[in-house]
Amino acid sequence: MPIQPLLDAGTAAANMAEIKPPYTPQEALIEANRCLFCFDAPCIMACPTGIDIPSFIKKIANGNLTGSARTILTSNVLGASCARVCPTEVLCEGACVVLDLEGDPVKIGRLQRHATDHVYENGIEVLHAPAEKNGRSVAVLGAGPAGLGCAAELAQLGYGVTVFDKKPEGGGLNTYGIAYYKMRPEISIEEVRMIGRLGVEFRYDTAVGRDISVADLERDFDALFLGLGLGGANRLGIPGEDLPEVVDALDFIEWIRTRPLQDVPVGRRVAVLGCGNTAIDAVTQSKRLGADTSTIIYRRGEEDMPAYHFEYDLAKADGAGFLFHTIPLEVLGENGHVKALRLAKTEVRDGKVSVVPGSEWIEPFDLILKAVGQEKQTELFTSLFPGLKLDRKGRVEHDPATMQTSLPKLFVGGDCANGGREVVNAVAEGRKAARGIHAMLGGGSVSGPVQPSRHGASDGAVGSGFNNPIRVPELLAAMSK
Amino acid sequence: MADLSINFAGIKSPNPFWVASAPPSNSAYQAHRAFEAGWGGVVWKTIGDPIVNVSSRYSALNLAGERMVGFNNIELISDRAPETNFREIREVKERWPNHAVIASLMVDTRERWHEFVKRSADCGADGIELNFGCPHGMCERGMGSAVGQNPDVAETIVGWVMEAAEIPVIVKLTPNITNVVYAARAAKRAGADAISLINTINSITNVNLDTLTPEPFVAGLSTHGGYCGPAVKPIALNMVQSCAADPEVNLPISGIGGITTWRDAAEFIALGSLSVQVCTAIMHYGFRIVEDMAEGLSDYLDSKGYKSVAEFSGASVQRLSDWKYLDLHYKRVARIDYEKCIGCNLCYIACEDGAHQCIDLVDSAPYGLGPGRVPGKPVPKVREEDCVGCNLCSLVCPVDNCITMTTIETGREKFSWDDYQTRLAAGQMQPIPAHP
Repeated sequence: MPIQPLLDAGTAAANMAEIKPPYTPQEALIEANRCLFCFDAPCIMACPTGIDIPSFIKKIANGNLTGSARTILTSNVLGASCARVCPTEVLCEGACVVLDLEGDPVKIGRLQRHATDHVYENGIEVLHAPAEKNGRSVAVLGAGPAGLGCAAELAQLGYGVTVFDKKPEGGGLNTYGIAYYKMRPEISIEEVRMIGRLGVEFRYDTAVGRDISVADLERDFDALFLGLGLGGANRLGIPGEDLPEVVDALDFIEWIRTRPLQDVPVGRRVAVLGCGNTAIDAVTQSKRLGADTSTIIYRRGEEDMPAYHFEYDLAKADGAGFLFHTIPLEVLGENGHVKALRLAKTEVRDGKVSVVPGSEWIEPFDLILKAVGQEKQTELFTSLFPGLKLDRKGRVEHDPATMQTSLPKLFVGGDCANGGREVVNAVAEGRKAARGIHAMLGGGSVSGPVQPSRHGASDGAVGSGFNNPIRVPELLAAMSK
Repeated sequence: MADLSINFAGIKSPNPFWVASAPPSNSAYQAHRAFEAGWGGVVWKTIGDPIVNVSSRYSALNLAGERMVGFNNIELISDRAPETNFREIREVKERWPNHAVIASLMVDTRERWHEFVKRSADCGADGIELNFGCPHGMCERGMGSAVGQNPDVAETIVGWVMEAAEIPVIVKLTPNITNVVYAARAAKRAGADAISLINTINSITNVNLDTLTPEPFVAGLSTHGGYCGPAVKPIALNMVQSCAADPEVNLPISGIGGITTWRDAAEFIALGSLSVQVCTAIMHYGFRIVEDMAEGLSDYLDSKGYKSVAEFSGASVQRLSDWKYLDLHYKRVARIDYEKCIGCNLCYIACEDGAHQCIDLVDSAPYGLGPGRVPGKPVPKVREEDCVGCNLCSLVCPVDNCITMTTIETGREKFSWDDYQTRLAAGQMQPIPAHP
C-alpha cells in the first residue's frame, strides 16, 4: 500500500509545535539574571562562532534587546536559527559555570532566540554593509549555513557576493533539513532575506556545473567559496532498497518542511535505519505525524549510538521504538510496495559488527527511512574542480585557519570540509573562509571578534571558540582521565 | 525558650515585632489581623487633622529581577477622622489588652498637641509616637520632617507633648538630616521616653523613560517621596547604632528600616534596638511574615544562650569604634578553594579593574582541568603578599565559601592611627612610607 497523510491539520500542527517555545519578556529577564557575567567565560570558548554570550545576556537583563541581537548577529549571522538548532547541551550550555553551581545552566539558546526574535519581529537591521563596495566579487556555491556565513561576512567587508543554489530557497539544511518542532523553515528564510538586504545576490534553481560552469564563475569572480555540503543518503546495499517507500530520511524531513503538515505522507509502521541525530529527527517526526509505531533499527548497542543523549531522551518520550543490535538484510515488498524488513541480530566483537547466525526474523513495516549517513560528493567536486585535493574520507582538504583549498582561489566550509557537523560549525567556517578570501585578495587580516566581556583577558580579547571551540564531551573525557 | 516579651520604656509587648506607622496600621481591622498573625504591637498610622491623598502613591526599586528592594511613597498621614482612629484604638485595646498599641501623632500647635496627647491616653493607647519624620507633603506645612530636621524645634514640640503626656512618648526621627544624633539628643533633653528610627529617606526611585516623569505618576507630575524597604537597612543600622552608642541619648530605641526577616530584626536589636518596626515587608507579603520572624529570633537567642531580647539588645553596639582605633597591623588575605571554584573569574576582573590588582590569572596545568573545566583556561591565584584584604573578591564570588578571607598572624601588636599619631608626636617613630 502506498503511504498516506494520517492527521488533520490541527492535530498535525499541535503535534509538531515548537518544543522550546519563545520566552515571555519576564521569563527572559529572570533567565538572563541567572548569568554571572563571567570574565573570559567558558561558554564563549564553547561557541564555534565565538558569540560574546555574557554580553548579549547582560544586555537582555538590562533591557537592551537590540544591542543584544547586534552582539549575537555580529559573531553569528545565523544567530536566530542557531538559537533553535544548536546542541547547546554539548556547546555553550554544557560549559556554563552555572551548571556547576546550580546543576542547571543558563538557557543560552532560548535567550539568544529571545534577542534575535526582537530584531526580526520589529524589522530592526543591526548588520550593515559599507555603502561603497570594494570592487571585488566572490561567488558562493551553496546557500546553506556555510555559504551564508561566508556571504554575510564578505558583504560586510564590502565585496559583491553572488550565492548559487540548486534549491528554490536559500538556507540549505536550515530550511530543508531541520526537525520542524525545533525550527520552522520561515525562520531560516528570514535569515536569508536579511543577508540579501546586506546586498548579497541569490541565484536559486541554479546548479553549478549544470546551469552555470565553473569556468564562467572563475572568469566573473575574484574568488569562489565551496559550501555544497554532503550528498544523498548512503546506499544500504540490500535487496528491495529501490521500492518507493524506502526514503532518504532527509527527503522525508524535506517533505515536512515544504508541504502543509497534513499533506505529508507517513507510514503506519515506520522503520528508521541508523541512530544518529537525523534518525532521531525522523523517528520523532514520523511518530508525531501519526505513525502507529516508529522504530529505530541500529546494528550496534545503545552505548554506541551517535545521537546526543538529549535527542535519545526526546525520541523515547515520543514513544519511539528501538531495536538495537539489529541489522536489515532485505526490504520485502508486495505489489511494488514495502511490506516488511527481514532483520537479523548482530553482535559486536572488538568493535566489529557481525550477524548472529540463525537469528533472522521478519518485521512488518510500510515506510523505511534511511538515516545511515550522507554520501560525500567526491565525484561532483573532482569533476567541477580538477586537481582539488580531498582527504581519504572524501572531505575537501583545507587550511584550517583560512579555509583555503588546494586551489588558491577556492575556499571551503561546512559539511563538505568537516565531513558533517553542526550548523554553527558551518557558519563559523564560512565566516573564517570569508576572512581567508579577504586576506588572499589583499584586504589584510580581520581581527576579532573583540568581545567586550573579555577585555583584559591575559591572552588577548580576540578569538575564543571561533579559533578553537571546546566541546563538552571532550571536556568530560578529559575530566575522566 | 528565650523570653521575647519586652518592656519598652514602660510599653509592654509580647514580642519586639511592631507594625510600623504606615498603611498596614491604618485601621482596627488591620490591627486585629496583625495581632492574630502574631505581631506584638501596632503603631497606628499617624493621626492628625484629616488630609486628602493623591491617586498613585507608591513606587519601587527593582533590582536584577528582585522586586521592591526599595520602596517609595507619597501618601500622607491618616485620611480618617481623629475620632474614628481613637475609637478604633479603644476597640483594639479592649480585644487585645496585652498587646501594644501606640498612637502616632502629627499636629501643629501646642494646644492641638495637648489635645491629641490626651485623647491618645483616653482611648487606652499604651504610648505615643511623634511623627517628626514624614518627608513629603506634611513637611511643606511645617510638620513631619520639617520638625525633625531642626533639633531646636523638635525639642520645643517634644516639650509641649511632655507637658500633657501620661503615657510613654517615643520620638520618631528623620534620617534626612546631617547627623541624627543631634535630633536624638534634642528628644532626650525635652524628656522623651524613647526614640524610633528611621523614618523614610527623601527619594525619587526612577524615571519612566517613555513619559520622562518619575513614578509615582500623578497627572503628569511626581513629587519627592519617602524611601524605605530592604535597600535602606544599612543606613538605618548606622543611625540606630549611632544613637545607641551616644552617651547623651541613652534612650530605648525602636529600630526601623528595611526589616524583612528575623536576621534583619536580630541585627537591629544587636545594634541597640529593643523593639523593631516593620512596614514594607508587610506591604509586600502581608502580616503572616511575623511567624518566621518570631520563630527565627527565638531560636537564634536560644542557640546563643540569651535568655531574653533585653539581654541581647545592644550586644554589637560596642563592636564599632571610630576608624582611628582600628588595628593597622591586622592582616587578612583572600584564599580561593579550587574544589569549589567554578571558573567564572569574576574575582580576577573585580580585583584587576576595581581594586588593588592582587589576583593573577595563571596557567591551569597544576590544577588539572581547572575550574571552569576548560583546558588551558587560566586560573585565578591571589598574590597574598600584595593582597590588602579588601574583601572585594569574596564579595563578588558567586559560590558560598569559595573565597575565604583568612586572618594572617603577623605577630605584631595592635597599632592604631591614634597610636601612630601619638608616637609620631612624641618622636618615637618615623612616618610610615606611603604605598608605592
